[in-house]
Amino acid sequence: MDFNNFLIMGQEIGLIAVFLILFTFDLIASGKARHWLYPLACLLFAAQTAFGFFPLPVGEAFGGLFVSSGLTVLMKNILNIATFIVFLQTYSWLHSKRIEHRRGEFFTITLVTLLGMYIMVSAGNFMMLYIGMETASLPLACLAAFNKYKEKSAEAGVKYILISAFSSGVLLFGLSFIYGSFGSLYFSDITFTGTDTLAILGFVFFFSGLGFKLSLVPFHLWVADVYEGAPTNVTAYLSVVSKGAAAFALMFALFKAFGTIEVVWESILWWLSLITITLGNLFALRQTDIKRFFAFSSISQAGYILLGIIAGNAQGMTATVYYVLIYVFSNLAVFGVISAVENASDGKTSIAAFNGLYKTNPILSCIMMLAVFSLGGIPPFAGFFSKFFIFMAAASEGQYLLVFIALLNTVISLYYYLLIVKAMFIKERESGAVERFSIDNYSKAGMIICTLGILIIGILSCIYQNIVGLSFGI
Amino acid sequence: MFFVGIFGFVTRKNMIAILISLELVLNAVEINFAVFNRYLHPQHLDGMFFTLFGIAITAAETAVALAIIINAYRTVGNIDIKNLSKMKE
Repeated sequence: MDFNNFLIMGQEIGLIAVFLILFTFDLIASGKARHWLYPLACLLFAAQTAFGFFPLPVGEAFGGLFVSSGLTVLMKNILNIATFIVFLQTYSWLHSKRIEHRRGEFFTITLVTLLGMYIMVSAGNFMMLYIGMETASLPLACLAAFNKYKEKSAEAGVKYILISAFSSGVLLFGLSFIYGSFGSLYFSDITFTGTDTLAILGFVFFFSGLGFKLSLVPFHLWVADVYEGAPTNVTAYLSVVSKGAAAFALMFALFKAFGTIEVVWESILWWLSLITITLGNLFALRQTDIKRFFAFSSISQAGYILLGIIAGNAQGMTATVYYVLIYVFSNLAVFGVISAVENASDGKTSIAAFNGLYKTNPILSCIMMLAVFSLGGIPPFAGFFSKFFIFMAAASEGQYLLVFIALLNTVISLYYYLLIVKAMFIKERESGAVERFSIDNYSKAGMIICTLGILIIGILSCIYQNIVGLSFGI
Repeated sequence: MFFVGIFGFVTRKNMIAILISLELVLNAVEINFAVFNRYLHPQHLDGMFFTLFGIAITAAETAVALAIIINAYRTVGNIDIKNLSKMKE
């Protein structure tokens, strides 16, 4: 047997090793040693993240089932960084009274979902894509219901598992049609001619299945409820890591398997990204709960990600990956602040809880301000550059109308992002608002990483150049 | 069978019934794969493999979904989907 195949799966094997170590440690550690679980998890995962930056062998393994290239390694690194920041932010939540004894479960479940996302990104075959997707989404439902004693959390879990099972049913239905018309599940064997109606029908079902995962607009109804009900740190994970992985997988599937019918999916994507950006923004305007608010904001961000995929060339691919990278830092900074405020104020997540935050916690509110400016796309923060590249990629394919509408939407989004800034800086404190509080060192480290990411990545052009070198067109 | 399942998913009020509808959807797909393999592409076994993996994953899905529903039952007190609308304004 050729063991070189396994070397290509280096990152996956590393992740499984981390998972096994944590799992055994959680099982056998005595009461006192369990205090080390959290630092150990962070340390091991940091090692795993660093491991991804070393040059790894790339190629195809297992007859094309598993594909690893410079770009997939980079995508996995982005997912790793995001997960690492989420881990850092969970400190106070995982050390609260009712969760403490189940700390280990959180890490093991999260690592399994991450493994699923690795497989999704690296899939060279629809079966691998499906298996990865299920490995990612089934444990995520458990994470959404992690606060067992809370009714909202249970509700979020039920909604997430039912919707994700339903969407994978739809996706599978589409896959079965695609299989029926080509007789193979490998991306490389699928050659659309554009006249094969069964296959096109299959593609539409497949796309709507993925649309659920990516929370595009006609399939977005679960997002707000799940994001609000799930524990805040899990929401952060869902909105960043899970969505990023789905975007990468969609991009690979569209480029590799459906590259020949670009005309078909381009027009579908055109409408979807249009309504996703617009409706996401309009619904965000009238939210009063901050987690719901950022759920809708993340829906519209998914629309922008689609904009990069629409371009369908190497430039679009680069822009998409870059956009997700920036989105990771900005959104995780936001959720870091939200979870810090939530923990300090006994579970308050309304926007009103942020009134006058600047008076009591100036540093936190400055980080929040940086993050929402980056999400809104104000220069010189990183979000401006990522939006710029996305628009440039779409415009290079002649999608001027779409870019114009997206630009208008950026203005709308600035309005509601500024509402939060206004609440923090201008509005007077209410009687029940949060007092001055200090956050734990782990969350501090996470926020510092995010802030640095927001400030620096936009300016360091070598990162963008690096992604350009890895991307390829259709 | 697929559309019966979808219809059930949309109309049922009981969470267990919704889960059963989901099973219908997934099983319909698996039969689809097996049939396509048998009649259209008998030279390879891709579809059969997919069916096998699909059955295993579906079983895992049901187990997780049931666990979550039981958890919801403990906090809410029944399994009617109407009672899970606390977050609507």
